[in-house]
Amino acid sequence: MVDKKKSVKKRINNSFKKLHKGLTIHFMPYSEIVNKDSIERIKLLMKHVLDNKIVILQGKLKPDQETRLIENSMTLIGNIKGFQGIEVATISGENTGENLFEKIRYNLAKILVGEKDSITIIGPASIVKEMKRDPSQIELLLQN
Amino acid sequence: MMKIIKDFAKRLFYGILGKRNGEVKLGFYGSPNAGKTSLANRICQDWLGEDLGKVSKIPHETREIQVKEKVIMERDGKKVEFKLIDTPGIATKIDFEDFLKFGLKKQEAQSRAKEATKGIIESIKWLDDVDAVIVLIDATSNPYSQVNITILGNLIARKIPVLVVANKIDLKKADIKKIKGAFPDYEVIGVSAKTGENMEEFYEELFKLIKKKK
Repeated sequence: MVDKKKSVKKRINNSFKKLHKGLTIHFMPYSEIVNKDSIERIKLLMKHVLDNKIVILQGKLKPDQETRLIENSMTLIGNIKGFQGIEVATISGENTGENLFEKIRYNLAKILVGEKDSITIIGPASIVKEMKRDPSQIELLLQN
Repeated sequence: MMKIIKDFAKRLFYGILGKRNGEVKLGFYGSPNAGKTSLANRICQDWLGEDLGKVSKIPHETREIQVKEKVIMERDGKKVEFKLIDTPGIATKIDFEDFLKFGLKKQEAQSRAKEATKGIIESIKWLDDVDAVIVLIDATSNPYSQVNITILGNLIARKIPVLVVANKIDLKKADIKKIKGAFPDYEVIGVSAKTGENMEEFYEELFKLIKKKK
């Protein structure tokens, strides 16, 4: 009876581990990319993605870096087993100020903090099924 | 390897030839199945009387750059000429299994996926060679997709004039207000490439866009 209970417990633990296997969230502060050039930034991000990690990056990539990231992913599909590409989404602090004073305040703050008021989430498509983005939030749907 | 050389030569050829003729190169960009080729076909039919490419419900039907030379549009006695460049839809992921759902065999699906990845790379490369762009958005889908934002971000950075077009307005699910709300800094025109709804307003804006680059 005791053995049976142990076996059930083991099975539950194993299925829990299996369910969460491969799901690691890596937080990357802005300081980790600020001094890197485009190629180094993409290499670093892709390294984590290929390790099956979801990266939460403080800040955002420049438009040409975003396209390079997509190009890079496309090159790897078919060359790395199981790799299907990436899911990516960025949200930024929006300028919602309606009067001139608020707009100036927002722009001043932006000059001071730079791109740090944005958050970018990048994950492998084999783990992240979909990233639903609206202006103020990102919803992450994981694969079953 | 041969394909890469061929694509590069194609871009170089059209780039040099286009510049020499002073012809505006109009790129069509957007996510897969936004209706880029459908709209390109509608324009080609209206002004040249012929189609540009094949359309299908299966995503990534256009996997190679398609070019139509010398499209001449006329409005109020004035003419504009442009080269229409229809690009494969840009996506961040491709899984061949998605094509199986459309009835494709495994080998066909794998080959389509491989060609689609190459097509996306080509689309991105062509961003350096276009003079004006129409960004196609499916009016029934969420406009806040990263692909749309990435395309528009690149066009702003390159100072390329853009016209945002919300396609499929004939469908019940279409939400043009949502698209306009997502891109408040752009002129957004709703059309249906399938039924031809609102094409007159679209041509007026397209005429202005081409004129800007002349």
